[in-house]
Amino acid sequence: MTREQQLSRVFVELADTMVAEYDVLDLLHTLADSTVELLHVDAAGIILSDQRGHLQVIASTTHQARLMELFTLQNSEGPCLDCFNTGQRVVNVDPAEAKSRWPRFKAESAEVGYQSTHAIPLRLRDRVIGAMNLFCIENSILTDDDIALGQGLADIATIGLLQERVVRQQELLAEQLQTALNTRILIEQAKGVLSERAGMDVDEAFATMRTYSRQMRLRLSSVAGGVIDGSLTADDLLKG
Amino acid sequence: MSLSRVDQILSTVMDGHRGGATLPETLCELCAQALTVSGVGLALITADGHQGVVTATDGAAQTMEDLQFTLGEGPCLDASSDGSPVLQPDVARTAPSRWPGYGPAVLEAGIAAVFAFPLQVGAIRLGVLDLYRDTPGNLDDRELSEALAFADAATAILLHLQEQTDAGDDVHPQLADPLGTHTEIHQATGIIAVQAAVGLAEALLLLRGHAYAAESTSLDIARDVVGRRLHFYPEDDHHE
Repeated sequence: MTREQQLSRVFVELADTMVAEYDVLDLLHTLADSTVELLHVDAAGIILSDQRGHLQVIASTTHQARLMELFTLQNSEGPCLDCFNTGQRVVNVDPAEAKSRWPRFKAESAEVGYQSTHAIPLRLRDRVIGAMNLFCIENSILTDDDIALGQGLADIATIGLLQERVVRQQELLAEQLQTALNTRILIEQAKGVLSERAGMDVDEAFATMRTYSRQMRLRLSSVAGGVIDGSLTADDLLKG
Repeated sequence: MSLSRVDQILSTVMDGHRGGATLPETLCELCAQALTVSGVGLALITADGHQGVVTATDGAAQTMEDLQFTLGEGPCLDASSDGSPVLQPDVARTAPSRWPGYGPAVLEAGIAAVFAFPLQVGAIRLGVLDLYRDTPGNLDDRELSEALAFADAATAILLHLQEQTDAGDDVHPQLADPLGTHTEIHQATGIIAVQAAVGLAEALLLLRGHAYAAESTSLDIARDVVGRRLHFYPEDDHHE
């Protein structure tokens, strides 16, 4: 598939997730996956402000525990924190500068296997609601095209997440963000339940639920809820 | 943030309640003082429905809570079933159409704005914290953040009250643990629920109880569960 074909497919997917009963978490996972594919980075995570002064990862292309810790660490230092606080992209920071700006983050991400990290803001006008964190195994540079594309994907996802009218109504924004954050926990709980019931690991459990939700055009959160209350069995999910 | 706002609130509530008031009463009083709201109420609402009003800081708050219990409609019930805060800065404008019974009744009680925060951990629904104002107006960002911190503290307190420890009212050392962003805790909750054949809420209590008994942290126990080094069984506290 050419890059253009890939790109078309991604935009169609993103658009799909925004119609009618769209699924915020699915949108964010699609964003993360698409970014890895199109920008040739090795991992990506979406971080949202929880409105209590913390940044929380809400979607990630890998569930490697140590990578997850890198997200948590960025509440203290790191490209995501700088990106979130300034609303500006933090990309192509040279290794020496990275080391002096974020000594602990640079050391820990290298230990996990990532030599370079970039952060792109999720912002709409004057509101920054989070950031997209990109990880590369090699010391890599994002080209201007990569950066533009990455920001474009982030902007579309932010619009999908916020919806214009919502930004003007602070209450709806809070309601949506808090729901997304709680849904993420619900999905983790469901991953645990399904992994134990079906004898698979948690990543497989997630992939199974996600595939099922897309095939049946259900929200990921509904599928997770069904797994938790028992109305969806492992057999249902694997057959579907 | 070194000591999180939630930890600070819990610590203040724990210290302050020895005057004979219950933990929920103390929390609601503290919340009413910390925010520019007229009153605060706390209700128990689970997947089985409204279980009763726990406490309210004044007559209007009590009315706000009682009406929802008796009429079976209102912002706190919606907040619980939607898993989302319900923020109504101008009840006169929106409530009567959304809640035909509750809306007019609560206006008559002198309530002009209501903010309901669900107390939940993913699919585990414990209750709702309701704030009201006698004049219309929204919560600004700082107050929203503060209200969310109080909601987290209230969630931790409700979990604590459900625990059957001999410690009584003593502080459970990891009171705010389950509210953490650690993925493994939520996955482990799901796994334990299946292993011990209990619901998620009880699974979470088993996890915390085991951590307390083993003088470990919920996170470490959760990691052992997810790593399949620790297995739970039905009708058993723990098994190594």
